Amino acid sequence: MAVNTSTLILFVVVYLACTFYVARLGYKKNSQTDGYMLAGRQVHPAIMALSYGAAFISTSAIIGFGGVAASLGMGLLWLVFMNIFFGIFIAFVVFGPPTRRMGLNLGSITYPEFIGKRFQSRFIQGFSGLLIAVFMPLYAASVLIGAGRFLETTLGIDYNLALLIFTIIIASYVIKGGLLSVMYVDAMQGTLMLLGMAFLLVFTYSKLGGVVGAHQALTDMASLVPQALVDQGHRGWTAMPAFNSPIWWTMISTITLGVGIGVLAQPQLAVRFMTVKDDRSLKRAVLVGGPFILMMAGVAYVVGALSNVYFYRTTGMISLQVAGGNTDLIMPQFLNQAMPETFVALFMLSLLAAAMSTAAAQFHTMGTSIGHDFYQQGLMNGKSRGTAVHATKLGIAFTILVSVALAYILPVSIIARATAMFMGLCTSAFLPLYMGALFWKRTTRAGATASLVVGSLSSLFWLVFVHAKEAVPLKICLAIFGKETLLSGTWPLVDPILVATPLSFLTLIVVSLMTVPPSAEFLKRAYRLRFEDEEEELSEPASHKAVESTGV
Amino acid sequence: MLGIDDPQIWLAYVFCVLSALGCMVYGALNWKGEDEEQTVKSNTPKATVQDQ
Repeated sequence: MAVNTSTLILFVVVYLACTFYVARLGYKKNSQTDGYMLAGRQVHPAIMALSYGAAFISTSAIIGFGGVAASLGMGLLWLVFMNIFFGIFIAFVVFGPPTRRMGLNLGSITYPEFIGKRFQSRFIQGFSGLLIAVFMPLYAASVLIGAGRFLETTLGIDYNLALLIFTIIIASYVIKGGLLSVMYVDAMQGTLMLLGMAFLLVFTYSKLGGVVGAHQALTDMASLVPQALVDQGHRGWTAMPAFNSPIWWTMISTITLGVGIGVLAQPQLAVRFMTVKDDRSLKRAVLVGGPFILMMAGVAYVVGALSNVYFYRTTGMISLQVAGGNTDLIMPQFLNQAMPETFVALFMLSLLAAAMSTAAAQFHTMGTSIGHDFYQQGLMNGKSRGTAVHATKLGIAFTILVSVALAYILPVSIIARATAMFMGLCTSAFLPLYMGALFWKRTTRAGATASLVVGSLSSLFWLVFVHAKEAVPLKICLAIFGKETLLSGTWPLVDPILVATPLSFLTLIVVSLMTVPPSAEFLKRAYRLRFEDEEEELSEPASHKAVESTGV
Repeated sequence: MLGIDDPQIWLAYVFCVLSALGCMVYGALNWKGEDEEQTVKSNTPKATVQDQ
């Protein structure tokens, strides 16, 4: 451990005090509005952007993917570009405004409720809620693992204890404070993350001989790539992998497409569009969101790749060898060995903040999905609305327990995979009908339902029976058919997103064209434009009233 | 360029920086236009929301 324990404890105490203070600010505002689910729909653009970014970028994006960049190289920067262009610009400017308006027009307070009401289907709402509640804990568990591993390496405390303390702290303010508390804390944590990453970038470049000098040193190390990686297409850390090689497929299909475009259909992110007061706020939020992602993912991947230069100079080994082949350990080891003591403490807080903000957003979304969407709207047909917040709180508590249990069970090197898997599933299941909901009025309830079912099932089928990365360790295909994957050749390398999403789109279009379109009156209501300064006059305010009536 | 030989990589590096800068410019332009827009909105009758 490179950091003085008393300094670290002081930092952590101050940080936690700030977290709870800010969470309390959000909670106090919540109690005056309908903020538990949607933060009162009056959130400042900068807070929304920081919250979106902080929820988006987890510790696994920094530690897990930073480690992957140390192994595979700077080709991952395409993912950063996709994250900024699709994840921020297209998301905020193209998807955000209609989502906000339609969410308000239809009186929806969660993402599954938004698509459910848009297609007038409780099944869509219930099924989406269930899908999120079942599969998001996997992603949440990978975030918890990232945090636990980092605390273990930095503080030298027991991994299991680290995981437990970390979860209890987040659970306390998510369950009590609702979305506004979560977003306020996110914004504070996002600022801390910006500071930490800015220092990491400047420090790494200056230590390794400047921008060009550091890159050149890494370029010159191409001959040091292990033979096993060369055989799979690795051509150096500053070169794209060989076209059509296994590493090329991993990089392009899973990472770039899965996480890059998948972000558009992420429920915990899309719900944030509904928290601002007008369309212009979303466009303004781009000012903060774009550079934030660059400073998070961009810096993590560049530094991850450059850690090879540092380790080669100091130990004569590349990062992968220093970390004993475990990519998850590369970033923590680099931080602990290369950075000055005080800054390790600061950076540790940044990473803690990254994990906390992502986990908080996930817990809130999973809780609302299972409590509000699946249980109340799906199972109870909306009959028990009086206990909306109560059920959500129980839902949050339940999904937290599941996530922690998964964090104990999941294998070590799954951090980067679980994130990509969840995002891929979201893309196939939600992106076609979400786009249909926003931009194609001809989309019908039957089309959306079929697309949701086909997208999620085909994605899961590909994961379990074809895509080698999941199918082989899961062993389900082996048990049923006696072989590791159903298809051979290049197919097992192709990510589910590339198969299931086109299928889901096709289903949406074909079924919609074959069925009766929604009534013009309903569409007029859903797509109605709103004035920035008008009072909220919801046409279906029942669920809001339910939230208000509980006084949370 | 930038100590990176493969154009597929340095292009990605440059695109990342340019897209972030583009976001900043776009956001700033929308921030700037706030006053005029607000005035126009507040002077406009709420005709299109009458169908509620």
